[in-house]
Amino acid sequence: MSDAAVLSVRDLTVEFPGDDGSSLRAVDAVSFDLAAGGALGIVGESGSGKSTTALALLGLHRRSSARVSGQILLGDDDVNALDDEAVRRLRGHRIAMIFQDPLSALDPYYRIGDQISEVYRTHSGASRRAAWARAVEVLDRVGIPDAARRARARPHEFSGGMRQRALIAMALACEPEILVADEPTSALDVTVQAQILDLIDDLRADTGMALLLVTHDLGVVSRSVERVLVMQNGRAVEQGPVGGVLRAPAEPYTRALLAAVPRLDGPAPSRRTPSGEPLLTVTGLTREFRRPGGGLRRDVLRAVDDVSLDVRRGETLGVVGESGSGKTTLARMIVRLLTPTSGSIVFAGQDITDRPERELRPLRRDLQMVFQDPVSSLNPRRTVGDSIADPLRVQGTDDRAALRTARELMERVGLDASRHDRYPHEFSGGQRQRMGIARALSLRPRLLVCDEPVSALDVSTQAQILELLEDLQEEYELTIVFVSHDLAVVRQVSDRVAVMHDGGLVELADAEELYASPRHDYTRTLLAAVPALA
Amino acid sequence: MTRYLLRRFASTVVLLLVMVAFVYVIFYALPANPAVLVCGKGCGGGQLAAIDHKLGLDQPEYVQFWHFLEGIFVGRDYSSGPDVSHCAAPCLGFSFQNDQPVLSLIGQRLPVSLSLTTGAMVLWLVIGVSAGVLSALRVGRFTDRAVTAVSVLAFGAPIFVSGMLLLMLFCGYLHWLDFPVYVPLTDDPAAWAKNLLLPWFTLAIAQAAVYARLTRTGMLETLSEDHILTFRAYGLRERRIVGRHAMRGTLTPIITLSAYDFGYILVGAMLTETLFGLPGLGQLIVQSSNNVDLPVVAGLTLVAGAAIVVANTAADLLYAVVDRRVVLT
Repeated sequence: MSDAAVLSVRDLTVEFPGDDGSSLRAVDAVSFDLAAGGALGIVGESGSGKSTTALALLGLHRRSSARVSGQILLGDDDVNALDDEAVRRLRGHRIAMIFQDPLSALDPYYRIGDQISEVYRTHSGASRRAAWARAVEVLDRVGIPDAARRARARPHEFSGGMRQRALIAMALACEPEILVADEPTSALDVTVQAQILDLIDDLRADTGMALLLVTHDLGVVSRSVERVLVMQNGRAVEQGPVGGVLRAPAEPYTRALLAAVPRLDGPAPSRRTPSGEPLLTVTGLTREFRRPGGGLRRDVLRAVDDVSLDVRRGETLGVVGESGSGKTTLARMIVRLLTPTSGSIVFAGQDITDRPERELRPLRRDLQMVFQDPVSSLNPRRTVGDSIADPLRVQGTDDRAALRTARELMERVGLDASRHDRYPHEFSGGQRQRMGIARALSLRPRLLVCDEPVSALDVSTQAQILELLEDLQEEYELTIVFVSHDLAVVRQVSDRVAVMHDGGLVELADAEELYASPRHDYTRTLLAAVPALA
Repeated sequence: MTRYLLRRFASTVVLLLVMVAFVYVIFYALPANPAVLVCGKGCGGGQLAAIDHKLGLDQPEYVQFWHFLEGIFVGRDYSSGPDVSHCAAPCLGFSFQNDQPVLSLIGQRLPVSLSLTTGAMVLWLVIGVSAGVLSALRVGRFTDRAVTAVSVLAFGAPIFVSGMLLLMLFCGYLHWLDFPVYVPLTDDPAAWAKNLLLPWFTLAIAQAAVYARLTRTGMLETLSEDHILTFRAYGLRERRIVGRHAMRGTLTPIITLSAYDFGYILVGAMLTETLFGLPGLGQLIVQSSNNVDLPVVAGLTLVAGAAIVVANTAADLLYAVVDRRVVLT
């Protein structure tokens, strides 16, 4: 082990035994060093073994059936060789971990201060009072305002960013040598992500702890670590200084991964600028929801507030915003899955604002939607062919013709049509999103509203889906409304971009113009928060 | 919270009215004549008419129902000539077969049912929850399978079978216990407990089986949650993770179900009370139904309904206390 390394992993292999005697090698002979005070990023797509590796560092596979071999040297201790009690004492004390979803990572029943004190007391044996003081101190350190009071809150009373801060505070409590962060910002908005990453930087500089950052986001890696390890199918494909690997990748896989990432810089994708007349016009569109627990008082949340825009025939209009900005509500109103509280929607010259469902049905052909989660938006108990054929059946096509069209569509979106009688769970995430697109296209719509269609997908799959959408747009003469939180993805696919914030439309401009010279402060903040790649 | 309680109260009142009306309808549809049951076979037409009059049975049904409701709020008199019995509010009616106001009948029997239910609940919670936790921690192993097998058996055995077996074993064969006779707690606590031992276990066995299954499922679910992994990753001792963090999530639904079961069994332990000759509310329901003692049945329906609704409300309130994310509206 090299002198300065605080953690040294050699030939780490993790295997999960299968039912039939075979075993799945999730991590395959991975070796790396983490320098004292240094930062190493592990990147890879889902299933690459990066999280499995992170869990192994804390010996967290011990209670599962996984077989872990190789060395995990933390100083002079081999985590893999120590007994359970010794490993328990290391956890949280010398090596701490933070997780992707800070809501589920904290116990909903206990006060945040109590949870942090409990960890601190376990390792320090401090008194209750001292532990509470320590909890308040670390909460204050991670930027929780009014920490002494907020320590008494329970996790659901914190926002997403605050929860992640609280979890970082827990990690900080015992001053560990290493912080393992498994996708710490993937569930957060881009501006919150920037704050959390800044906080981690700051704490590293302050305490000298080393960082092991596991993420799928190459931008985050490029911004936050010095060295990077690229994993694919359980193997370490490439590792080195982050600048070198990202600028001049040696391995084809790394190059492919980098090429798939949509970027904010670099040449703008060439897109025709459609100047067609509007296909859809919304004016003063507003939607209110009653807040739960509001009771008799009219306590309403204005999810979309007076939005006016038009979507031109043949264009892709990108809609970006953070969570809670109202972009999904807007998308659902456009296809009339939600009825607006006020305002109007005119589609192809017809006012559809509050047309009842029965009269809307013929128009449903023209208005279709692709959803974010390809798992939950397909009926798990219906075959793929049936799911894709259903909209046709609803519109009165006979069964054989509907199924024939479904098979053709499967081929068109890149699925094997002979698998039409299979069920959604037999397909991968990317394949399921293709099904969602095929189903939306079955009626040959004129307007396709895609709500975060690629957010649940890996970058390489994402790139394929985006390419598919572009091809289909041309072939089917589609007008697309593309809703996403991801500014880079939106830049890549859109002709024009609308930025939403707190239910309102902040800025709407040609994509190129908006990214090159954003006019509104909020757009600038948003763009500045995205971690740049290399 | 206040709003929630008010709304809950209002809906309860409506619910209870509907229930009592329903009981009245059922009883008028019955072919039995209550006056005959009060008086006996030897009564003639004149006597029957007098009893009918005293009971108010000669009035139209809706008037009887109205008088019943009136009794609850202001009290009422039952009279036939010089023979007047007053029943003060809240009057749930007057049982002529027992020659007592319904409320005092219920009052006498409530302590018995309370004793039975409370003791049994303590037992089934202790047995059920510990068996469930043990089962979850040893999932797939021998202990888990054994607990599962026993609970399926216990749940499947009807109370009159399991109770009878316990009686035969401990009273008839081993002679460890005398046949249970109810002794009030205030008279002799030791005798009270000793005599209730068998009824408690009889009720608790079937209930414990349900609670063991529920605890096992809840525990396994909670143990697979992310925050349990967090605490493992922070080096908390396994005993503490299970005892403090996993238990809390597991117990929440169990507390709710217990409150509900308590209300239900308080008025519904008919089999156990009949089998062991305990003069509780369940036994009273069986007896008065057999005797077509309408005032008692109607009064009990009201009390039973109220007990279950109160228990449900208590369950909801407890839930909101245990889990702060729950807001009652």
